[in-house]
Amino acid sequence: MTTIDPARTELQPSEPQPSRRSTGTRATRLVGIGCITAMGWLVAFGLGFSPADRDQKESVRILYVHVPTIWLAYLAFVVTAVSSGLYLFTKKQSLGWDRAAGASAEIGVAFVAVTLAVGSLWGRLTWGVFWQWDARLTTTALLFVTYIGYLAVRRLGGSHQQRAKRSAVLGMIAVVEIPLVHFSVKMWRSLLAEALVANLDGDLRWTGSCCSASSSASSPSRSCTSG
Amino acid sequence: MSTWKVACLIAAKDLRVERRSKIVTNQVLPFAGITMVSFAFALDKQNVLDTVAPGLIWLATTFSLLILVQRSFSIETDDGALDAMRVAGIDARAIFLGKAMALAVQLLVLEILLLFAAVVFYGESIQSSGAQGPVLAVVLLVTTLVSATCGLAAVGTLYGGLAAGFKGSETLLPLLTLPAVAPVLIGATKAVESAVGTAGAVVSEGWQWVGLLAVFAVAFGIGGALAFGPLIDE
Repeated sequence: MTTIDPARTELQPSEPQPSRRSTGTRATRLVGIGCITAMGWLVAFGLGFSPADRDQKESVRILYVHVPTIWLAYLAFVVTAVSSGLYLFTKKQSLGWDRAAGASAEIGVAFVAVTLAVGSLWGRLTWGVFWQWDARLTTTALLFVTYIGYLAVRRLGGSHQQRAKRSAVLGMIAVVEIPLVHFSVKMWRSLLAEALVANLDGDLRWTGSCCSASSSASSPSRSCTSG
Repeated sequence: MSTWKVACLIAAKDLRVERRSKIVTNQVLPFAGITMVSFAFALDKQNVLDTVAPGLIWLATTFSLLILVQRSFSIETDDGALDAMRVAGIDARAIFLGKAMALAVQLLVLEILLLFAAVVFYGESIQSSGAQGPVLAVVLLVTTLVSATCGLAAVGTLYGGLAAGFKGSETLLPLLTLPAVAPVLIGATKAVESAVGTAGAVVSEGWQWVGLLAVFAVAFGIGGALAFGPLIDE
């Protein structure tokens, strides 16, 4: 009578083994932990510790997501432009820079979409309407459409190098819209207040700053872990 | 041959093709005209039309720009003429400048006709108040037309070259072009409002918008000339 060795039947070297290796690295795990911590901090400060605004009341809490998301979108689009420039102007013309530019633009578009969505909710509570034809809102919508166009260009046919060149040129042109969006409040005397972030004369209280900082910290972490 | 000479030859070639095919006169001009009439149907109130006429002129121009750009690049890509020019060693900057110049001439003719259409259909007139009478208003109007046209032609040529010859370029072109030309639409509308005195606007208010249009045209003209090579190269 033949006996079957269970250890042998379990692991046959010729059979394909299901992979147990995670795609995560030590760095992405740390980023993930940072993301969860920052999100917890955001929820605690945004909904608990931070007081309601004198004028805007509870709706001010929307701004703790709204403002950081547009700053992150700006950052993502700047990364797209820099990566595009590095692709175009380096001798090697590495497609890695092109992929970085494309990934960053996708993140930026997602964050602008969040900005517009939560901004319109804030507008409904503050102005009574979801949308005003205000300079900042209109230019932000234009920025969103421009980068939708950028992503569409990335999906055009042709070789990888051809696609990379086209999208790099567009990525470098589109980034010029960011100052237009940011300073549109000053240029067109907009309905919206002037920026408090990066403004030394601003009166943003520390709890609000904490909310913005934690939201900013959690947002790129989310994009790193998902991207 | 210098870049400018080649650019002039390309512009002359494009205009000759358009003169012979008569597509601009038989299709684009009637399209722009019917757009102006459609606005009048949609808005249907004389006081509303008076107020929004400058914006409608530039909207009709922008829509027509999309058709003109597509036409301009379809004559190049259908027979591989763009590739042939590159293989012949023609500088990409010359191709960009030549095509932009031809487009600018066509747009300028179109804008003048649309202004006449606004006078006829919407009852617009040049502002004649102020110390200088209508002279300054006419100068403002002409400067606006020229600077806005240069900006539109540069953007149109740049994005036309980007989308040329690819599947889906017809739908991609408006998506890319319309957000990019938004500053021209805003600036040119405000400047024309000052020239025709819409809602009490005065001529002096228009010059800052002409400045914006000029900066836009120069930025896209230089940027487009430098970027056009990588865009059209295989």
